[in-house]
Amino acid sequence: MKEYQTITEVSGPLVYVETDEPIGYDEIVEIETPSGEVKRGQVLETAESYVAIQVFEGTEGVGQDASVRFLGETLKLPVTEDLLGRVLDGSGNPIDGGPEIVPDERRDIVGAAINPTAREYPEEFIQTGISAIDGMNTLVRGQKLPIFSASGLPHSELALQIARQASVPEDVADEGEETEFAVVFAGMGITQEEANEFMDDFERTGALERSVVFLNLADDPAVERTVTPRMALTTAEYLAFEEGYHVLTILTDMTNYCEALREIGAAREEVPGRRGYPGYMYTDLAQLYERAGRLQGEEGSVTQIPILTMPGDDDTHPIPDLTGYITEGQIMLGRELNSQGVEPPIDVLPSLSRLMDDGIGEGVTRADHSGVSDQLFASYAEGKDLRDLVNIVGREALDERDNKVLDFAEAFEGEFVDQGFHTNRDVEDTLDIAWDVLSILPKNELSRIDEEFIEEYYEGDESVAGDETETEEAEA
Amino acid sequence: MSQTDTVTDTGEIASVSGPVVTATGLTAQMNDVVYVGDEGLMGEVIEIEGDTTTIQVYEETSGISPGQPVENTGEPLTVDLGPGVLDTIYDGVQRPLDVLEDEMGAFLDRGVDSPGIDLEASWDFSPTVSAGDVVEPGDVVGTVPETVSIEHKVLVPPDFEGGEVVEVNDGEHTVTEPVAVLDNGEEVTMHQEWPVRQARPSEEKFTPTEPLITGQRVQDGLFPIAKGGTAAIPGPFGSGKTVTQQQLAKWSDADIVVYIGCGERGNEMTEVIEDFPDLTDPKSGNPLMARTTLIANTSNMPVAARESCIYTGITIAEFYRDMGYDVALMADSTSRWAEAMREISSRLEEMPGEGGYPAYLAARLAQFYERAGRFETLRGEEGSVSVVGAVSPPGGDFSEPVTQNTLRIVKTFWALDADLAESRHFPSINWTESYSLYKDQLDPWFEENVAPDWPEERQWAVDVLDEEDELQEIVQLVGRDALPDDQRLTLDVARYLREAFLQQDAFHDVDTFSPPEKTYEILTAIHTYNDEAFAALEAGAPIEEITSIDAAPRLNRIATQEEYEEYVEELEAEITEQLQALY
Ligand SMILES: Nc1ncnc2c1ncn2[C@@H]1O[C@H](COP(=O)(O)OP(=O)(O)OP(=O)(O)O)[C@@H](O)[C@H]1O
Ligand SMILES: [Mg+2]
Repeated sequence: MKEYQTITEVSGPLVYVETDEPIGYDEIVEIETPSGEVKRGQVLETAESYVAIQVFEGTEGVGQDASVRFLGETLKLPVTEDLLGRVLDGSGNPIDGGPEIVPDERRDIVGAAINPTAREYPEEFIQTGISAIDGMNTLVRGQKLPIFSASGLPHSELALQIARQASVPEDVADEGEETEFAVVFAGMGITQEEANEFMDDFERTGALERSVVFLNLADDPAVERTVTPRMALTTAEYLAFEEGYHVLTILTDMTNYCEALREIGAAREEVPGRRGYPGYMYTDLAQLYERAGRLQGEEGSVTQIPILTMPGDDDTHPIPDLTGYITEGQIMLGRELNSQGVEPPIDVLPSLSRLMDDGIGEGVTRADHSGVSDQLFASYAEGKDLRDLVNIVGREALDERDNKVLDFAEAFEGEFVDQGFHTNRDVEDTLDIAWDVLSILPKNELSRIDEEFIEEYYEGDESVAGDETETEEAEA
Repeated sequence: MSQTDTVTDTGEIASVSGPVVTATGLTAQMNDVVYVGDEGLMGEVIEIEGDTTTIQVYEETSGISPGQPVENTGEPLTVDLGPGVLDTIYDGVQRPLDVLEDEMGAFLDRGVDSPGIDLEASWDFSPTVSAGDVVEPGDVVGTVPETVSIEHKVLVPPDFEGGEVVEVNDGEHTVTEPVAVLDNGEEVTMHQEWPVRQARPSEEKFTPTEPLITGQRVQDGLFPIAKGGTAAIPGPFGSGKTVTQQQLAKWSDADIVVYIGCGERGNEMTEVIEDFPDLTDPKSGNPLMARTTLIANTSNMPVAARESCIYTGITIAEFYRDMGYDVALMADSTSRWAEAMREISSRLEEMPGEGGYPAYLAARLAQFYERAGRFETLRGEEGSVSVVGAVSPPGGDFSEPVTQNTLRIVKTFWALDADLAESRHFPSINWTESYSLYKDQLDPWFEENVAPDWPEERQWAVDVLDEEDELQEIVQLVGRDALPDDQRLTLDVARYLREAFLQQDAFHDVDTFSPPEKTYEILTAIHTYNDEAFAALEAGAPIEEITSIDAAPRLNRIATQEEYEEYVEELEAEITEQLQALY
């Protein structure tokens, strides 16, 4: 292997090197500084006489006297089932003091695209025990469902609650199934404190044994963040499709990942896209998020829960926007709900699970599920609109029906959504509570639900609008 | 993609940056297909400057290095056309995805090429010409049963000269064997190749007069698209673009459907692959897949092939149009196509225009939609290509370049609305912003085939919805109770229009498809309620009692009734009875 001492330029995370042999695009590079420190990087551009390298660990200490070695291969991760229970840094080196990892295989971390003909459409219901998710934004195995959060909101608590409670009800799981759950966690630019929050919970619940943790902390090199999720997903794919695990992959915080992309783009003097993020960020993110799913004839699955914090609480910011365009829905956290003390503060209206329809219904959850969910959405949306109106005209200006819709919205938040981070509700409970709050509404308001289910589950007063006693009660 | 073994010239890679590779020492012309590197990755020439040729590569370029060879085929990017295109799923350069899966497993590797149709498969050819007949380009020489639904017409290629038929070979043949030979030596086979970036020729373009029936109430009822028309569906993420397009692919009364998943989700394509074979085409009663071709270049597949998938799709659509079929093409999403252009353009360091898109964005969009239309084919038949493009505006903001440039071209605008989607009003087509410029020219068809007063009923609905819109502004200030009774009643009627007519559940077995007759019945049932309710109000019945009769909410249930005629008849009678009992 040839060594070059021909660095011509160092600029931010980038290093330019003159070469006299052809170097492959995407190849891995080692850069050794005079002090003996070895940094790794990747070829971003290659031409006959020079290459541009992006250095993962930052370029401090790299100068023209550093030597550069091209390893002749793209970045690979050693994978094995023994990774379960291990904690690694953002580049895949163990940091838990455990034994050396003896790989089963070394895999390219970029990962090839799954051929759509080889996919199996995800439709196996995962019960998270959280009503706002199970009832209205159902998660299925193999889905990519991000949490859209913002600074100061409890996204970690929610992710942990999902990781703790996620289960597949017996009658939903394949016959005689013995497939196990595993968790792959990738922290990107998160604080030590946040990392501890996850690690402590994993340890307390015994989840660590079936987890693989990759940690790139806030004070670790930013460029490394671009490889951390790829390492995690390579591990997840290996566990799912070679070892047959159902893998829940938590990626946090995607905002830090995107910031690293922006930094590299700026250093390369690329034409920036919206708000300075690279024009290819959609493609780049898709190459991560699309690494979720199920394969025909394979036991395991990769389910992704990426977490991102929306800068300025703005869901049109490129990071949540591009994510939403790729993922199969999103769970949106609301600041207002959070300050009201609602736990988890899931704002259901802008939340969505696109794979819900095939994952619910008769024989899986319950036959009334879809109608109930639609009705909750429609009535809660109306209730929220009415709240705005009440702020202007006061509650007296509303007719009786509207007052009931307002009461419903109140009860919906207080009873259905606000269940606490440590309550695990099965889906029957969730739907029963839904009926409790829907029964506040007049029966003929429930136009989204089939009549037979209204007969079966509706518990409200059958009276129609115009009933005096009912009005007084509502106003009391 | 057709395969060529000829190599006209060989050069060497000079640089690699993502999907863009430069080569030196290569004699090439713009848009020539080349094979790049030791693995022979497929690419296309996109710029020539002095001795440097720039190539966009349709596969991942990891590990490719300068010095490796580049081979030029000397031919532009073409598609293979012939029987076998239907009921197939392709990537962006027309490689059949099932063939790729057989060769490389579940994950897409690179360096594998495959013709778009099976060149070895044989088909039963029935001639429609005999020796002595004179044929011209575009003429049919015979037919082949391509699928249970579609009779494939074997055409004299548009670039042939034509002449007298001297030999006809009926029976089983592979697509490369001649089925008709002309006196000038030209041999017609079932296989044609056509460069994707070039529109297939036609005789003339007409004004469309027939609707593409979508089976979706808000579209057929308020904002219809013509066969041969163009439509755009812009909307923020999660607003329903894909579901709307899939609904059209399932239920529209086109003969052929070309569905392009351009830079979108893998699972959405899988869903189509899994669902379509089991769904029945309402027109033929056969499996939907028998009239469908899918092109899937998902978001994580190479970006250059995302740029080309649109062209691959529209060329296939034109091919079936040339057989005299009505083809509907869905492109989800044209924004990803535009972004692919932007990405390649920026790697070429071209001067960026608005939003970083290349200056030729508007021209490319126009060229694409211009390939839609109702045409007279070369042999004087009629065929059409309808094009429906999804647009994914960043941040849901319609003022961005792709939406704006698209709106300058297309004639139907289905604007999706995040607020409607959030309250689960689907399809979330905003009825105040959307429009169809085909409305008037399609009215005669609806009058004749559905109901003579179709345009009047539609106008009534539009007026009520407009009035609701205005009233809502007042309600926001003073509350509903402050409105006079007649206006409160209008709000009530408008609500039924929204819930019983505009909303349609794509996932409900019955509601998913609403034939125009049903669409009309629902509308007139609401109109009946309106007329009876206003009559009751005028006769002095109290508004609270009028709006709380228990028959009216059942208007919302018509949509899910299979036997809707009977249901509507009874319901109208009951509504009338209950309202008349109030005075
Ligand atoms: N007609 C409909 N009936 C019922 N549900 C619908 C309908 N249209 C959309 N939806 C719901 O909205 C969700 C999102 O729709 P869809 O996936 O089509 O959005 P999109 O606009 O294509 O988003 P993206 O731009 O992210 O691809 C669907 O998963 C479905 O739950
Ligand atoms: Mg979509």
